[in-house]
Amino acid sequence: MLINNFLVLGAVLFCIGVYGVIVRKNAVLVLMSIELILNSVNINLLAFDRLWAESGNNDGSVFALYIIAVAAAEVGVGLALVLLIFRNRKTIALDDLSEMKG
Amino acid sequence: MLLASETAAASGWFLAHAWLIPVIPAVAFFLIIFFGKRLPRGGSEIGIAAMLASLVIASGTAYQWIHLVGSTEHADAVSKTVTWFEIGSLKVGIGSRIDGLAMMLLFLVAFISTLVQIYSTEYVRGDRRYTHFFASLTLFSAGMLTMVLAPNMVQLILGWEIMGLCSFMLIGHWWEERANSEAALKAFWTVRVGDMGLLVGTGVLLALFGNLDISEINTKAAEFSGNHALLAFAAVALFIACIGKSGQFPLHTWLPDAMAGPTPVSSLLHSSTMVVAGVFLVARLYPVFHTGLDINIVGHHFNLIAIIGGITVLIAAGLAFVQNDIKKVLAYSTVSQLGYMMMGLGVGAWMPAVFHIFTHAFFKCCLFLCAGSVAHTGSHHSFDMKKDMGGLRKKMPITFGTWMISTAALCGVPFFSGFFSKDEIIDSAKGNDYKVFFVVGLIGAFMTTAYMTRATYLTFFGKARGGAAHFVGEHEDHSHEEAHDEGHDKADAHGHDDHHAPVVHGKPLSFAPDDSPWQITVPLMILGALALVAGYLNAAPFKIEKFHEWLHSSIGVEVPEAPKFEWLNAVPSILLVAAGFAVSLLICKAVFGEGNSPLKGLTQRNALLGAGHKFLVNKYYLDTLYEKVIVRSIAHPISAAAYWTNQHILDGIVNGVGKGGKKTGELVYKYIDQGLVDGVVNGSGTTATHAGGALQPVQSGKVNLYGALLFGAAAVGALVLVLVNS
Amino acid sequence: MMLASDIQVAQNIGFGIIAAVMVLAAIRVVTSKNVVHAALSLIAVMAGAAAQYLLLSAEFVAVTQVLVYIGAVMVLFLFGVMLTRAKLGKDVDLDNKGAWAYGAPIALLMLGVMVYVLTKGFKDTKISVSGKGSNVGQNSLLSDKIFSSYALPFWALSFVLLAAVIGAIVLARKD
Repeated sequence: MLINNFLVLGAVLFCIGVYGVIVRKNAVLVLMSIELILNSVNINLLAFDRLWAESGNNDGSVFALYIIAVAAAEVGVGLALVLLIFRNRKTIALDDLSEMKG
Repeated sequence: MLLASETAAASGWFLAHAWLIPVIPAVAFFLIIFFGKRLPRGGSEIGIAAMLASLVIASGTAYQWIHLVGSTEHADAVSKTVTWFEIGSLKVGIGSRIDGLAMMLLFLVAFISTLVQIYSTEYVRGDRRYTHFFASLTLFSAGMLTMVLAPNMVQLILGWEIMGLCSFMLIGHWWEERANSEAALKAFWTVRVGDMGLLVGTGVLLALFGNLDISEINTKAAEFSGNHALLAFAAVALFIACIGKSGQFPLHTWLPDAMAGPTPVSSLLHSSTMVVAGVFLVARLYPVFHTGLDINIVGHHFNLIAIIGGITVLIAAGLAFVQNDIKKVLAYSTVSQLGYMMMGLGVGAWMPAVFHIFTHAFFKCCLFLCAGSVAHTGSHHSFDMKKDMGGLRKKMPITFGTWMISTAALCGVPFFSGFFSKDEIIDSAKGNDYKVFFVVGLIGAFMTTAYMTRATYLTFFGKARGGAAHFVGEHEDHSHEEAHDEGHDKADAHGHDDHHAPVVHGKPLSFAPDDSPWQITVPLMILGALALVAGYLNAAPFKIEKFHEWLHSSIGVEVPEAPKFEWLNAVPSILLVAAGFAVSLLICKAVFGEGNSPLKGLTQRNALLGAGHKFLVNKYYLDTLYEKVIVRSIAHPISAAAYWTNQHILDGIVNGVGKGGKKTGELVYKYIDQGLVDGVVNGSGTTATHAGGALQPVQSGKVNLYGALLFGAAAVGALVLVLVNS
Repeated sequence: MMLASDIQVAQNIGFGIIAAVMVLAAIRVVTSKNVVHAALSLIAVMAGAAAQYLLLSAEFVAVTQVLVYIGAVMVLFLFGVMLTRAKLGKDVDLDNKGAWAYGAPIALLMLGVMVYVLTKGFKDTKISVSGKGSNVGQNSLLSDKIFSSYALPFWALSFVLLAAVIGAIVLARKD
């Protein structure tokens, strides 16, 4: 089975995630798009892990596990921030939050 | 971890275990942070105990080092390191490296930190962040000790940065007031500007010598034969770091603002830690500077270190004349004295300069603590000499006495400690053929005496004013206990050192009825005594050269022998000190005294003097230059501002000449101040608006757009890479 | 290896079906007009990813994926949707107006570059998904790695999680 099957699948998911980050306005949906991106990376890592697995190297799995843990932390903090924003501003539409406008 | 080297074992327990000196306060820091609040004294006992333990070990280390120097012909640095990490073949260790210089500073830092912590228990009593204050203070000392002990550049940078962080926390201790937090930020950023130099310089040293070990760098730099330009570049970069840390011109502006911190912090910062770090770095890597900047080469009458030091001596002393805040006078005095040390290093007088670190630490620490004592007890937490002080000498005998001793030491009055170190620097400048800096040193001595006389007069003599009048008045009837307490209740808006201490004085134990409590006066007396006698460790007039004997192996290069001391050579400086005292006293009496003198209000009447005064009050407009001109002009095209300046300044001068300049002083004032500074400021405003307008749409504040730009740029970048590589 | 790839027809078909589901669901995540639908589609993508991991004989990661993502993260997302009072049903105000006009080209450009590089770089490198390798997918090997060579990152990660937990509480509590 071609390794490119998995790699291209990862690339497609990654680009869909990027599209989501750019297009979505709702903060929760942007976070979901970021999850897509992280998952695509995991697919890549595990594909490479399998490529090297015959020689006893399974670093890819370790990285994938770590990424899952980091992603969980990221979602936790991210959603807490979104809640806080919602509580203060009554909206989570990202284009209303333009304090950084120069 | 690997034991990399262990030359220390044979030479004594303290020398082998010197690494404990910074570790104890570092551990104490965590203990205070985590458990301090639950302890009866809010963690201060841990801090003091840790500093005392460090002091004991540092003293033991000093003793054994002196013993070692006495017993062997040529004592090498005693080092003990373990490998911290490895990058390729480069091993970076962490550990201790004791030589004379390190020994001296270890003792100094531990000693002064201990006294300052004892002092602080009274000074910041009842503060809302009492525990945090002691924690930061302890970590601060730990940072300095780490740096002093460093066997390699990495550990040195580590300690250097710990200090930078702690100075930020301590200066901004009372951050509720905006001015204080801004001062903390200013201190942090200004020093950061210099820190870039430290990193760059260290990088160049690594490239040159392939090693970060200080002993090796010094040995190789002393007999350097490679690319001289590169070594000079490293030396300049490292010196920029020292300019930032030690408050040398032109980065000295953060130091006076750092007075926003509590007085014990200023005292510690200005005597033995932080600002001394820059001087220490130059002294520590002296061969690099010596070779890189061509110090002590016949026919070279100038070098970067001496020039910067000389300029700093003069401009800081000038600024000290116009300050009304007693702490700011002392701050500029520190800047000026640091200038002396740098100048000393620059003219090849390593030993006098380092000795000046030693003596300066005692008397400057004492002066700051005196100022704190005056504010704490005598002037209701105000530091304004003109508004709230005066006539305090009788009420606060201990504070006054120690202040006078330290002032005499600072001015270089014969037989006080400052005389032996400062005069030696000035003498060496002459002896090593740096005539210009000899003159600078003499003028500096004159100015030092003059501004210190002014400060002393305003604080302790004359008529009591404001807070001091209140203090002196209410104590006339000897009912000081109650009256004292009432005084603290009054909220006084002036003076930024108002730390909201609750009234818990009760009956303070004190050696003089109206003076500050013992926690304050005991450190003052110890420091005052040392300000008197510390100089006799290396008193050239009496042929005592102990200090030289202990430290000379730290220099690393051959420097010329100090010129033989002759009283005749000291005469000019002694005369100038006396003259400074006399002139300043006369002027002070005339200007601030009770009589009606023609000198009063002179700066308001005479345009030239007024302009000069304003120029000094505005600190040579350096702050304005940094904030309004340099910082802003980076954000927009400089050429536009230059063009604007051209038009307006040239026109202005033409017009000015046309009108006929009767009063030159007024003219300079008007055009330098109004034309140049204001003009550049306004001009930068308008040009910034135009330039900013073009780039504004990019800063939309919309997260999605930022994301699109980010990913778009990444995609285009990847595309370019693919196209280039295929 | 030719023989192995012949045998793996079934795996290829399985991969194709799962991949198609994942891509469709992912597209629905970023285009749906209903926040809850988007979240449910994301579950489908996650589940698909877990299935792919199984196909790659990384059982432990697959189980973790199900537990952490589908079990915990998705619940968090649904709570987020609920607490921010998203409209149940269609909501026209979820997207930036006209953002697709630059979002789509950027995404397609990235995809093009990546697919080009991947096909060029890995041409026909093959991996075996038969699970016959002696030490493939053994959890003991994985744990050995985590607690020996990668112990320090593991340790740091536990701090990250702790910080995230405390941070989330501090941010989200009401007073």
